[in-house]
Amino acid sequence: MQTYIDKIKEIAARILKDCKVDMVIGFRNGTVPMMCEPHFAKSADEVDRLVWDSNCGINLANYLTDRKEKIGIVAKGCDSRNIVTHIIENKIKREQLYIIGVPCKGMIDKHRIKAMFDGEILKVSEDENNIIVTGADFEKVLNKRDVLQKNCAVCIHRNPVVYDELAAELVEEQSGIDRYADVEKIEALPSKERWAYFDELLSECIRCYACRNACPLCYCPTCFVDESRPQWVGKSQDPTDVRTFHFLRAYHCAGRCTDCGACERACPVGINMRVFTKKLEKDCKTLFDWEAGLSLDDRPPLDTYRPTDPDDFIK
Amino acid sequence: MEHMGIERDRLQFSWVSSAESTKFVEVVKTVTEAVKSLGPNTAFKKHLPKVA
Repeated sequence: MQTYIDKIKEIAARILKDCKVDMVIGFRNGTVPMMCEPHFAKSADEVDRLVWDSNCGINLANYLTDRKEKIGIVAKGCDSRNIVTHIIENKIKREQLYIIGVPCKGMIDKHRIKAMFDGEILKVSEDENNIIVTGADFEKVLNKRDVLQKNCAVCIHRNPVVYDELAAELVEEQSGIDRYADVEKIEALPSKERWAYFDELLSECIRCYACRNACPLCYCPTCFVDESRPQWVGKSQDPTDVRTFHFLRAYHCAGRCTDCGACERACPVGINMRVFTKKLEKDCKTLFDWEAGLSLDDRPPLDTYRPTDPDDFIK
Repeated sequence: MEHMGIERDRLQFSWVSSAESTKFVEVVKTVTEAVKSLGPNTAFKKHLPKVA
């Protein structure tokens, strides 16, 4: 990890000094364990706070929307795919960016780790394969593989797809994993049970919109849930309104979602809303053979027409 | 919608030209039959007392 951090700092300091960029966006340690926050380094002396570990789950592409200056950005696999999506959607220009690619070995699931311990976790450190969790009266070593975020466990794009410079050697991509096991499990249920499954899933939702705010795709100036003229969706805690919000938000991410897991990570009550976006991601893969953010040259399926597009559902 | 638990036949898509009146009637008939056989919809209904 330290070699990653040193390299990131070295690149950041160099491109700032050479005036290649006006700002470098990376991660710094948060005020509590397992909560790295974004860091905006605008001068060489701010570079020192940059870090890299298994808690950098926030998607930094979120901070690029409509920026005018030149930006250096630390990008793991999913961030880089979201940067591609941003470029395709004209939210930033490729020329404005200096992408520091960071091959990623997965982020750890803070919800799951917190649930494992009764007391407050005071410190979380790590080495190559282990996570060491320390509290006031406990210390435990966990295997990193067992506490990965759910999306990281099934990730097949750990290496950045676009970058100007790498902070480390490319890592081996995972293969032979069933990416859609969770979606298939839901698909197998009869419709009544599916309805009940989502009712249960969303029952905790407090509609804080943290998932939306953490999502790099959700950059609309006014989100449909905040709009009151016309009011597209009710603002109450009624299960129908809650479900409409999650369902529509997922739809807005169709063909764009890279399964970076930022939404799930941001959720204060630990809802796995990825099961919505994951279904759409799976459909895009099977119907259009499309995975978001892999190429700057291909247009996404929802803004192109091909005569071979499936249309069996139109009777 | 289907994935979320709305019954398959409740949501239908069809392409009918303004010149295809017979097709329109057919579509309306089949859709109505399909939906009637499913019974009243219970999903996506707001219950007023809960809202108030």
